[in-house]
Amino acid sequence: MNEIPTQHPQEKNRVSARWLFLLVIGMFGFGFAMVPLYNLLCSVTGLNGSTTGRIQEEQALTRRVDFSRTITVEFDATNNADLPWEFHPMVKKVDVHPGEIMEVSYFAKNNSNRAIIAQAIPGITPWQATEHFNKTECFCFAKQKLEPGESKEMPLRFVIDPDLPEGFTTITLSYTFMDTDRTKLKKVNALPELHSSLSVLPQSYSN
Amino acid sequence: MSAVIHEDHHHDEPPRGFKRWLYSTNHKDIGTMYLIFALVMLFVGGAMAMLIRAELFLPGLQIVNPDLYNNLVTDHALVMIFGMVMPAAAGMANWMIPMMIGAPDMALPRMNNMSFWLLPAAAILLLASLFVQFIPGTGVPVNTGWTIYPPLSVQVGLGMDLLIFSVHLLGISSIMASINIVTTILNMRAPGMTMMKMPLFCWAWFFTGLLLIIVMPVLAGGVTMLLFDRHFGTSFFDAAGGGDPVLFQHLFWFFGHPEVYVLLLPSIGVLGLVIPTFSRKPLFGYKPLVYFMGFLFALGLVVWAHHQYTIGMSLGVTTYFMIGTILISIPIGLMIFNFIFTMWRGSITFETPMLFAIAIILMFSFAGVTGVMLAVVPADLQYHDTYFVVAHFHYALIPGAVFGLYAGVFYWLPKWTGHMYDEKLGKIFFWWTTLSFNLTFFPQHFSGLAGMPRRIVDYNIQYVEFNQISSIGAFAFGLSHLLFLYIIIKTVKGGEKAADKPWEGAQIGTPGLEWTLPSPPPFHSFTTPPKIQ
Repeated sequence: MNEIPTQHPQEKNRVSARWLFLLVIGMFGFGFAMVPLYNLLCSVTGLNGSTTGRIQEEQALTRRVDFSRTITVEFDATNNADLPWEFHPMVKKVDVHPGEIMEVSYFAKNNSNRAIIAQAIPGITPWQATEHFNKTECFCFAKQKLEPGESKEMPLRFVIDPDLPEGFTTITLSYTFMDTDRTKLKKVNALPELHSSLSVLPQSYSN
Repeated sequence: MSAVIHEDHHHDEPPRGFKRWLYSTNHKDIGTMYLIFALVMLFVGGAMAMLIRAELFLPGLQIVNPDLYNNLVTDHALVMIFGMVMPAAAGMANWMIPMMIGAPDMALPRMNNMSFWLLPAAAILLLASLFVQFIPGTGVPVNTGWTIYPPLSVQVGLGMDLLIFSVHLLGISSIMASINIVTTILNMRAPGMTMMKMPLFCWAWFFTGLLLIIVMPVLAGGVTMLLFDRHFGTSFFDAAGGGDPVLFQHLFWFFGHPEVYVLLLPSIGVLGLVIPTFSRKPLFGYKPLVYFMGFLFALGLVVWAHHQYTIGMSLGVTTYFMIGTILISIPIGLMIFNFIFTMWRGSITFETPMLFAIAIILMFSFAGVTGVMLAVVPADLQYHDTYFVVAHFHYALIPGAVFGLYAGVFYWLPKWTGHMYDEKLGKIFFWWTTLSFNLTFFPQHFSGLAGMPRRIVDYNIQYVEFNQISSIGAFAFGLSHLLFLYIIIKTVKGGEKAADKPWEGAQIGTPGLEWTLPSPPPFHSFTTPPKIQ
């Protein structure tokens, strides 16, 4: 009976359980630490094509222009989740030489009866071009506010880095405007139209 | 001295009434409750699968609307993973690990009670998240799929909040169970039972427990951020506020990929006992198997982004995840070969657990082959989110995890109940379930390669034949589980008396402590540590 567990194994259990519990806490913290780490990683590598690509004007002017290549830049515009804005580029696409500074503009109009502050999120396709697509001026650098019925033309000045690898002839620049007031999104009936239109389907199919 | 006297006051009779179960700290009773819970959830998740397959029998919408369909797909996955496979594996760990290593009980018996009793609460929340959509004003059903990706998961209704809380409870439950099991394995082994003498099942659960302890908190953090984004105005995953929805995918799959091994490893552990027993030969390469499980554990933690090839990662990152993923076939392949070599020149008999074990080796290898196909980036861009993926992971998880648990059930039922199961019915169940499983999921490879997408309630008429074969197979597969239930109930109620060691080869190559106890074992076993030869 001397071999019967005394205080000793219970103490060992407590120590093991405590270490494992600390590991749990640590990993929970790791999940949250991923937020700044991930953003850091993305801004360094341009992983998601979501860097604003902002550079200073003087920097852009010192670039040599590579006249031997022509890149077609296409412009795209999307409204996120029923944002009641009219939003489109003034030109669909332009041809530029790498190193050449180009200015285009986007048009936005608030069609609702309330003031809306929105943020444009850029995206570049193919993503490999992200780090070579530099902007000196962009409406995406700041939030944009439009009063009811107000419209404006928003400038965008960009220059493509001559270091852009060979083989890329078309770059698509896409902007999604998102309402910064997210409360409307989170209402329980966030997708009324989509939802009702889908639930109508069964009747129409069974006919 | 007082502790010793107290020991003598232990009754071998379990307490009577509901208190026996509600207040239980006995590893065998808690194991039983885990297994019964898993069996119930098997039928709940199975019913959802039957509804899904019934809807897909024909193109167009017949039974459920698209949102309800997608909610069923979501909950089928969550119920089967968190409600069925993990509790069943935890139940077997509870029952068997203390008996295998000669411990009187689990290391932390009260926590064991709590980790079980969180499960019914979590299950109620999970089912509430499905049914809450029928109350007006609660918003859109959880139509996101089990991966609950934002932004959609931020926009759906009340069901998502219930689901998040359910995931929290499930996570806490499995973390506590894992801490308990790992602590038990580390500290409660009888003198002489070294780590390298433990049955493979204990090693498998040791790594499973560590994996859960590492990855579950990350999922809990991820869904907590989701909850904050939904209700407290944060922008973890909202691009308008500077967040990134892709971050959630990383957090989710950092949990989600190791979760595959959480489901798989306990069944590998069962195979490591079943195959030597019925081959009457010691396990081939026990030590390499343990090391390679450790290798699988480490590798499984760092390859998660192969679920996200299409999000636009850089070439370097994608290549790393591709190579890491393909490397996984090395430890898995070694396990498969070790099991085959164990059978080589053994005197094999084909009882039901062995039939399942052999079928697992065949069908799981098949999932491994499709897995390597999916690991290759250019191919995956083609197969991504098609039924090919559905076929792949059902081939991985049903043989790899579920059939492994069935093998364990048949292998240990005589020990648990003291009765032999009906071998003839067991064999019928094996053939019925294996054939209908293949009938269900094999055609899905073809519909997937032809381009049929996942998580879609309606489909192009070119896929009708494949889907009808699949649905018929699924109904047969579902029906076979009624026989499974019947076999279990029949065995619990009575049958041929099982010997202490009902399988002739059970102790080959292992100390086999669990077989030195009577069948069924007494309520308290190994109150004095056994002698290890």
